Amino acid sequence: MKTDKKSILTRGIIKENPVLVLVLGLCPALAVSTQAENAIGMGLATTFVLLGSNVVISLLRNIIPGRTRIPCYIVLIASFTVLAKMAIEAYAYPLYQALGIFLPLIAVNCIIFARAEMFANRNNVLDSVLDALGSGAGFTLALLAIASIREIFGSGTWFGLELPWLADNNIMIFSLAPGGFIVFACLLAIVNKISKDRKVRTEHDCTSCPAAVACGKRNER
Amino acid sequence: MDFRALVIIMMSAVLVNNYVLRQFLGVCPFLGVSKDLKSSVGMGLAVMFVMLMAASVTWPIQVFLLDANGLDFMQTVVFILVIASMVQLVEVVLKRFLPALFASLGVYLPLMTTNCAVLAVTISNINNGYTYIEALVSALGAGLGFFIAMVIFTGVRSQVAAADPPEAFKGIPITLISAAILSLAFFGFDGVIENLFR
Repeated sequence: MKTDKKSILTRGIIKENPVLVLVLGLCPALAVSTQAENAIGMGLATTFVLLGSNVVISLLRNIIPGRTRIPCYIVLIASFTVLAKMAIEAYAYPLYQALGIFLPLIAVNCIIFARAEMFANRNNVLDSVLDALGSGAGFTLALLAIASIREIFGSGTWFGLELPWLADNNIMIFSLAPGGFIVFACLLAIVNKISKDRKVRTEHDCTSCPAAVACGKRNER
Repeated sequence: MDFRALVIIMMSAVLVNNYVLRQFLGVCPFLGVSKDLKSSVGMGLAVMFVMLMAASVTWPIQVFLLDANGLDFMQTVVFILVIASMVQLVEVVLKRFLPALFASLGVYLPLMTTNCAVLAVTISNINNGYTYIEALVSALGAGLGFFIAMVIFTGVRSQVAAADPPEAFKGIPITLISAAILSLAFFGFDGVIENLFR
């Protein structure tokens, strides 16, 4: 791979943002993005799991047999998810309650599978760390963007801080499920508009999904 | 057996707390496989089937194996592995004994391993402290809710395909907007539970 260290790190944030460009990991991105604080918490937890799994998979890339790599990834990712879950339960209980079921569901986040399959199993440890940090930051920033819009208009606050006027004139729908879909659709449309010349996924389809391998769709039998 | 409790769990999973449209669980297959009716019915049935199987297997594992030995922190790892291997098993069994069913569901079964809705239904059954029967009913309801949402959304998308949105909204954004409107429609079911047995 010819790409230098800096581009590995920044690629995940802008050019290959996992949520806004690759359109992966929609479930957590939409579900926990009602409050900016939860979005940051979810982003950091996912980054931690991504970092852990990328490092270990990259270290073991010559040991894990090709045919059984998917079950190996599943176990590794799930183990790091359990660690993150226990740490958050112990040190940040309100966040634990706010994230609820989406905390254990980090284990099936397709962004992590995609990075493991597409990057960590064929690159060295340092590059995998940079890749994990970049993708994790991209995920966190995308979540923060969605959550900020939804929190500011939906409940008139930002990071729990009350905003003048907006707090008395909040638009409920932004904090509800349809608001999540609408805000995300608009952000994607903006990304489409800006990056017209770049290649952006225009169709959400399993065959074009980079995580399809992890889903077992193209797994060797 | 309290029949009313079961009906409430069922209605709640299908309509009020619909997995896709209210809780954002399983959004990826919902957007990805809803292009034509045949594949969305196949996917919906596969989800329903796997959810029911997964719930029936994971509940005894949690209660008799993990809780009994103080291993409940292993829940996430064990459930994912159980679901993954169960999906493989179901695939083999269907292929051998029910080839007709396998022909229609086979393609979608491997996708279940990383489907967050399946894992979510098994975990939330435990978190809610359901009994075995209640867990099965809630899994069936979640699957049915997914199936219904899938089929309705396929109809919506076939209409959207004929529309002409602004250039930037073409593709995924307009699909998400239609999902938002469908989700809004499901808010109409609010209050169904409270008034079910008045």
